[in-house]
Amino acid sequence: MSRLQRALRQIARYPSAIGGLFVILVLIGIAAYAVITIPYREAVRLWRGGEEIWGEYPKNAHPIYTDWFTRDRLPRSIVVDSVSSSAATKTVHGDPDVGGRQVITYTFDYPYDGFPKELVIFMTARFPERRPHASILWITPDGREIRLGDMSVRAAETFRPGQDARLQRRLGGQTAEIGLFADPNAATPTPLKGTYRMVIDVDLFEPNSNMEAKLVVHGQVHGWAGTDHRRRDIGVALLWGAPVALAFGLLAAMGSTVTTMIIAAMGVWFGGWVDGIIQRVTEVNMILPFLPILIMVGTLYTRSIWVILSIVILLSIFGSAIKTYRAVFLQVKEAPYIEAARAYGAGNTRIIFRYMIPRIIPMLIPQLVVSIPTYVFLEASLALLGLGDPVLPTWGKLIDDARSNGALFQGYYYWMLEPFVMLMMTGLGFATLGFALDRIFNPRLRGL
Amino acid sequence: MAEGTLPAEAAAPPRAQRRAGTSTFARVLRYTGLRALALFVTVVIGVYLTVLVANMGGAVDNIRRAQIREGVALYLSMDPEIRRLSQEERNELTAQFTAVMERRFGLDQPFVVRSFRFLQNALTLNLGRADNLTSDSGSRQVRDIILERLPPTLVLFATANLFLFFLSVSLALFLSRRYGSLLDRIIIALSPTSAAPAWYIGLFLILFFAAIWGVLPYGGMVSAPPPQDRIAYLLDLARHLILPVSAMVLSAVFSSTYAWRTFFLIYSSEDYVEMAKAKGLASRDIERAYILRPTLPTIITSFALMLISMWTGAIILETVFNWPGLGRLFYRAINIYDTPVIVGETVVYAYLLAITVFVLDFIYVLVDPRVKIGGGRETA
Repeated sequence: MSRLQRALRQIARYPSAIGGLFVILVLIGIAAYAVITIPYREAVRLWRGGEEIWGEYPKNAHPIYTDWFTRDRLPRSIVVDSVSSSAATKTVHGDPDVGGRQVITYTFDYPYDGFPKELVIFMTARFPERRPHASILWITPDGREIRLGDMSVRAAETFRPGQDARLQRRLGGQTAEIGLFADPNAATPTPLKGTYRMVIDVDLFEPNSNMEAKLVVHGQVHGWAGTDHRRRDIGVALLWGAPVALAFGLLAAMGSTVTTMIIAAMGVWFGGWVDGIIQRVTEVNMILPFLPILIMVGTLYTRSIWVILSIVILLSIFGSAIKTYRAVFLQVKEAPYIEAARAYGAGNTRIIFRYMIPRIIPMLIPQLVVSIPTYVFLEASLALLGLGDPVLPTWGKLIDDARSNGALFQGYYYWMLEPFVMLMMTGLGFATLGFALDRIFNPRLRGL
Repeated sequence: MAEGTLPAEAAAPPRAQRRAGTSTFARVLRYTGLRALALFVTVVIGVYLTVLVANMGGAVDNIRRAQIREGVALYLSMDPEIRRLSQEERNELTAQFTAVMERRFGLDQPFVVRSFRFLQNALTLNLGRADNLTSDSGSRQVRDIILERLPPTLVLFATANLFLFFLSVSLALFLSRRYGSLLDRIIIALSPTSAAPAWYIGLFLILFFAAIWGVLPYGGMVSAPPPQDRIAYLLDLARHLILPVSAMVLSAVFSSTYAWRTFFLIYSSEDYVEMAKAKGLASRDIERAYILRPTLPTIITSFALMLISMWTGAIILETVFNWPGLGRLFYRAINIYDTPVIVGETVVYAYLLAITVFVLDFIYVLVDPRVKIGGGRETA
């Protein structure tokens, strides 16, 4: 216990170690938060979801903090639902026994300096046989009334005014997103701020009929992390990337370094053909192309992250580290205390596990910590090759999505930078801590 | 011998060479031969393992069978005589033909037997035909496809690694002379960034230099259309090389400089270095003959390890930079499940790694006096 305390006290003397430790603790906090708030199944469901989950989210919206860098206030998403929002009022006229008429009025404030990305009206109707008929009217803050369209509504109908060519002609060639929100007196299109209204006038032709509708004005910014090309909230992947990256990195690093150390110790202790075989296997393994084999496994067998993880461990066990450990163990083997242990009759296992391995643990710990980011980046690398886990959202998959959808060409820098920052934090956190630990545990380096 | 080509060689004490006499060449040859043999055995085992991995899922066999069946079906459907037969007769005929063909390709033999033939084919680079990919010259042979992509990869690699090696060594020597300086501390502080692979840094560079500032190309090897003039072509190639090479160099330079500088520092506190200083030798000579010379074998070994990890890392780097090399080919092969190409590339990578190790071993022989003089044991 006192040794641990001493080690901690020594770590406290290195500001870089403190920094690294802090970053790691923050990452662990994020990972815990992610796993608790979004359970595994939920994360998978969200990330694989389509319009039914993410319909209210805008496409490729920048994160909200983009606002801080511009003078303008960029539009956020506005959702007004006739079922749940108080901003929508519904009045029923006529006789419900024969059908009648419903008027739904949506009222919302638009105080932003940009135009919305998209305008969508989701309508759901209940009717025995004859479809209800809806006509939609748009009322701007300065009192102009624009007819958006008339339609007979199926059980589920989605109306996108931006894709309506007739509406575009009525608006003088402008798309609905601009035409409906523009100030008519301005030379260049500028949005008119104020309170907008949309009125849906529904004619019902049968008893037991009803219609509900949801107005979604997709903004240019959304959420703390923005959204991607499939409207998914990038925040989900950023959060869930943390536990995946930590688990992958830690397990791979632990699995490979500890096993490598044990094998190296056994080789040195038993010597002879055991050592020879280990040496030869290491040499063959050095020739084996690591990533291509992983890729082959990914394409031919399975893409499950856990299978890939075990193959990573398997391939790294006989890595170049085995030679380093071997050199150290060769020295340890000659130490007098090993001689003493043999003299009192300690068995092979006891000598290897209780006498030799504890001796090089100080050397092992820094290496283990330093090697964690390598594996975290490996996971991202595989994802970049399209071999990421098929169901889990990870940072690497975010980068892959961003790259293959031209985020850099189109200026969606946030999409790539956010997972980048997370990866960098992980990498730097573990690496700085590892470097500091190396100096603490290997005092020979301390003066340098 | 390639004495003068290595800068460190020039400063080698001439006494040792003379004493070694005529048998030096024979010793070097013997050592190199033994290493080549050992490496060849290693490659054989490595490639065999690759073949095993590629076949365990039966993927290759299934693909071959499917190809045969398709070929037979196509062949039979062309024949008007057979088209007139009933469905059952036709099916039976197809099965018969397929069985014959499978026997012809040896698919009826047990896997162990076939695996050795696969091994032989792989070793002789007889890699078969690609499923979907074709080379730019139109060939479907995997070997042609891969050989066509090899030069761009080699250009990128040689440039980046030569840069990296000489930059790191000279920077490390410079820092070991004035350790504790501001630059030294900056390099130490930056060395953890080497955890990031080259593609990561590459994407960063693309973001700034191509997307935001627009001064360098996003990727590719030459502009489209390529310049006709030879000099203009080379300049264009150099312009496209800047970002990927910087990415590779930046991803490794800090940690290797840091490690080698520490190593140089340890060696520069040796007694014989103190002695040389006391004799009043120029610091340049001390660096070359007394510090660099004994550390070079170790440095080359660590460089070799770095090189090996970079080889495979380049798959993604090339993809990110759209560099038309082996890595990008691999990426395309993965995306369309072109198994023969994937297996073939893996074999080629194994060869490339072995060649890398061999070349470095050879350089190692040149710089390690123990091998040349014949004293000491052989170094791994």
